Amino acid sequence: MPAPTSNGISRTPARTPRLRVSGRGLWITFLLVPPVVVMALFVIYPIFSALAYAFYDWQGLARGDFVGFANFEKVLFQQPFAATTWNAFKNNIFVFFALMIIQNGLGFILAYALWRDLPGARFHRIAVFLPVVLSTVIIGYVWKLFFHPIFGAVNQLLKAVGLGSLATPWLGDADTALNALIFVNAWAWVGFPTLVFLAGLQRIPSEILDAARMETDSELTLIRRVIWPLIAPSATVCFVLLFIGSFNWFELPYIMVGLDGSPYGNTDVLGLYFYRTAFGNQSAGIQDFGMGSALAVLMFLFIAVVATSWTIYLRKREIEV
Amino acid sequence: MSMESRYDKPGLLGTYGRDGLMQIILIANTVLMLFPIAIMVMSGFKSNIEIFQDPFSIPDFTNVTNFVAMATETAFMRYLLNSVLVTGASIFLLLTLGLMAAYAIARYEFWGSSFLLLFFMAGLMVPLKLAIIPLFILFRDMGILNTHWALIAVYTAMGLPSTVFIMTGFIRTLPRELEDAARMDGASEFRIMVSVMIPLCRPAMVIAGIYNLVPIWNDFFFPLVFIQNDALKTLPQGMTSFIGEYATDWGVMFAGLTLAAAPITIIYIVLSKQFINGMTAGAVK
Repeated sequence: MPAPTSNGISRTPARTPRLRVSGRGLWITFLLVPPVVVMALFVIYPIFSALAYAFYDWQGLARGDFVGFANFEKVLFQQPFAATTWNAFKNNIFVFFALMIIQNGLGFILAYALWRDLPGARFHRIAVFLPVVLSTVIIGYVWKLFFHPIFGAVNQLLKAVGLGSLATPWLGDADTALNALIFVNAWAWVGFPTLVFLAGLQRIPSEILDAARMETDSELTLIRRVIWPLIAPSATVCFVLLFIGSFNWFELPYIMVGLDGSPYGNTDVLGLYFYRTAFGNQSAGIQDFGMGSALAVLMFLFIAVVATSWTIYLRKREIEV
Repeated sequence: MSMESRYDKPGLLGTYGRDGLMQIILIANTVLMLFPIAIMVMSGFKSNIEIFQDPFSIPDFTNVTNFVAMATETAFMRYLLNSVLVTGASIFLLLTLGLMAAYAIARYEFWGSSFLLLFFMAGLMVPLKLAIIPLFILFRDMGILNTHWALIAVYTAMGLPSTVFIMTGFIRTLPRELEDAARMDGASEFRIMVSVMIPLCRPAMVIAGIYNLVPIWNDFFFPLVFIQNDALKTLPQGMTSFIGEYATDWGVMFAGLTLAAAPITIIYIVLSKQFINGMTAGAVK
């Protein structure tokens, strides 16, 4: 039997025996069908269904009549739902900007410090990434206990160093609750932008740096004019992933402040509101798949449109080295 | 590396001043990262009174009553086993299916192959959490709601795009000579894949495996929605039960959190290089 060429079927000469060709077609089909079916069934179909479900009225788990845009109108414009939606959206935006400054900003500084390869850099690198591999549930509970008004480590530490007057019920106070959550998120995730930026820095060719150092004595100028533009691809990744993460925020507030975004909705975000709407909670046990789907579709569209256009914009300023 | 040119020019603060500042920043940050984790571990060895009166003291590390209570009086071991089962099955399936798809796309030329790659890539962009309602209804109709299969199905699907992405890129770099030689010897396509190509793919499988291991092992959202039966809960989800149960016993809670953090922390410390490469794989081309 003639062995087929190595180049795959499209380049297989027409003279190759038909049995062999269809055998190869079967083989490729066998390889592709299971993964494609899994993707179609558990990713593509649910995404499109979510879109369709938003246009129906739901009684519990049973789909009712087609209602057009009524669910969207409810969550966006009809009280009391609209007030919750916009309050949650506002909090998501605040979380995103705060983390952009704290998490990505600190990540860049730490990456720069690690890049200088000072003694102990390896150890610092392992330490900064450790919380990234831990479950949000563990991190959320540990910090919830630390933030306890009386027995928590945070207030105890403040008292121990003579700053007891600053002690406050961090998670119960409307002024501090969201900031405390943002702090914990930054603590847990700062290792990710750090290592993405570090990988970018390590890929800068040393000739470019040496040439640039001939031109300027100021490291700050060097960072602004040479290093930052050269690690633009890392920045794109950190910015866009943080954006997607901020608008999908759910686990940390769920564990630390509960499903209602207490106190008084000060920590409410779209993820929590979506979950409450779709699956109910103790205080308002009604579940509404229609409104939940409408929220999911709006969040999905918002994330997809902003993330895509922002990626395109950020990619444009990237330079190929 | 031209280390000299980096160090022989005085900068804003003078090079040594700047490196000193950087070293201080790194040390301060490492303390901030590790101190809370150390407090968590140490509190696991303390009683309530010790935690409340002396939160930062070094405990008696031979006093393991809290850990024994956690391991014997709660369903901790059950949750741990469930997590191992679900994560293991998901990683096995997503690596197998991902390898099949990537192998076909990278190794054979056929009509629609680039479209297929795009089809998988699109999955990278989709936050599957937002499709939780249709998934819930789909699993109810399939009769696998409240079973581990629901989790395995969703994790496998969630992990496929990144696996296909990582593996396709890797397989394309493998030389064709080996498989050509095997083909000359009359080996079947199946044999070539299993005995020649798969062993070569191991590095990429490690990367793809770790990239998916951490989010699957740590996931809380999907079990929260799909699993009600306490005996089937995974570790992150089960933690909410035993934290609720021991809400007044801080020592036991900290012991439980420490135990729950232990498996992935140990693997991470042993394989830190692979973890860091794996988890930033999608971000760093």
